[in-house]
Amino acid sequence: MYEGVVQDLIDELGRLPGVGPKSAQRIAFHLLQADPTDIRRLVEVLVEVTEKVRFCSLCGNVSAQELCRICSDARRDPSVLCVVEEPKDVVAIEKTREFRGRYHVLGGAISPIEGIGPDDLRVKELVTRLASDDVTEIILATDPNLEGEATATYLARLLKPMGLRVTRLASGLPVGGDLEYADELTLGRAFEGRRLLDV
Amino acid sequence: MSLYRDEAVVLRTQKLGEADRIVTLLTRERGKVRAVAKGVRKTRSRLGSRVEPFMLIDIQLYEGRSLDVVTQVETIGAFGLQIAGDYGRYTAGTAMLETADRLANAEGDPSLQLFLLLAGGLRVLAEGSHDPGLVLDAFLLRALAVSGWAPSFTDCARCGAAGPHLALSVASGGSVCPLCRPAGSVAPHRDTLDLLAALLTGDWPAADGSEERRRREASGIIAAYVQWHLERQVRSLRLVERGRGEGPRPAGRPCAVNGTTPG
Repeated sequence: MYEGVVQDLIDELGRLPGVGPKSAQRIAFHLLQADPTDIRRLVEVLVEVTEKVRFCSLCGNVSAQELCRICSDARRDPSVLCVVEEPKDVVAIEKTREFRGRYHVLGGAISPIEGIGPDDLRVKELVTRLASDDVTEIILATDPNLEGEATATYLARLLKPMGLRVTRLASGLPVGGDLEYADELTLGRAFEGRRLLDV
Repeated sequence: MSLYRDEAVVLRTQKLGEADRIVTLLTRERGKVRAVAKGVRKTRSRLGSRVEPFMLIDIQLYEGRSLDVVTQVETIGAFGLQIAGDYGRYTAGTAMLETADRLANAEGDPSLQLFLLLAGGLRVLAEGSHDPGLVLDAFLLRALAVSGWAPSFTDCARCGAAGPHLALSVASGGSVCPLCRPAGSVAPHRDTLDLLAALLTGDWPAADGSEERRRREASGIIAAYVQWHLERQVRSLRLVERGRGEGPRPAGRPCAVNGTTPG
């Protein structure tokens, strides 16, 4: 045990994800030896993050303003909406530079075992948004695991009667991998979703 | 390091660290086992979809200090996709998994009957040959029965007087005769009692032919019965979607796929 505030710092750092007691101690001593201006900058960023960051009122993504950067960008295609589970997924899709539409962040997936039903997600907001916006296609980009599939099934059933084109991200083989290492479900999906080669 | 192999149904998964998951398994030989599946959340994981809930798998693990570690997995029944592809089946199936998780509470305590019941129940649910709500209710009744809380829907649950009787008491364990009838007993419709008995004994033609309102009444009684014995709420029961008029229909794609993970 260290004295007073040093131990407090170690305890606080130890509460962060992936940081155990040893790592917390190492980070704490690194901070004690670091340049005070660096530390001040870190403190300022932490304060700014807690005070300024909120969720976009339209899509639910993290944002510093009322509307996030993507929702307020007039160049984005308003007719295509991509539904994802978490803000992290928006970043992952943005990195591909393939998608020029807008997003809707659900805030998780339907998981009855955790007590999370459709009412606990931003599904109502999605339906309200579709009623007013000029969206023609919905891309369901929930995780390709069981909860994600079930959430996509639920949303497809809910949204199809609204006369929208509802699509789901393809599942299949990872680029740069070997066929023999693929699990049978993924390989099966890759067969289902095979495409015609235009040569 | 001690390796062992077993058949298992994946009951639930929880995220662990960067890319790992803790999986809770109901195994044939060792009862409930909690194990770490390393790297399964990465898209290139070789275990990937095999350790998702609803999967019936042949699994190899090695004993760790607190949690065992998954080394190889082979699929026996890939029920996940058929179940997740239908919202009614998904909510019913999740309630089955949660109940099995609660009933098999002591880790390392074998519960072969519960394992067989769950594996069979999930197979039927994935095939879609019966209404998902009925499959769930039949599973709940029989899971309680194999755990030692078999209800009686004909003879009196207290004195054994030959039935059928009109009154039913959840706390007493089923139907009760006029002499034993405690305060707070309910008097369900005659057809509801027949449906409950059919679900318990596995008389599917009778269960499939039941009316929607009888199914609703029966599921209410079963939910109360489950809650009484588990002494806590099964969270996913609240979210089960019932009675969207899904009748028996032919099975789609075959649901058993066999495959192996490379060594």
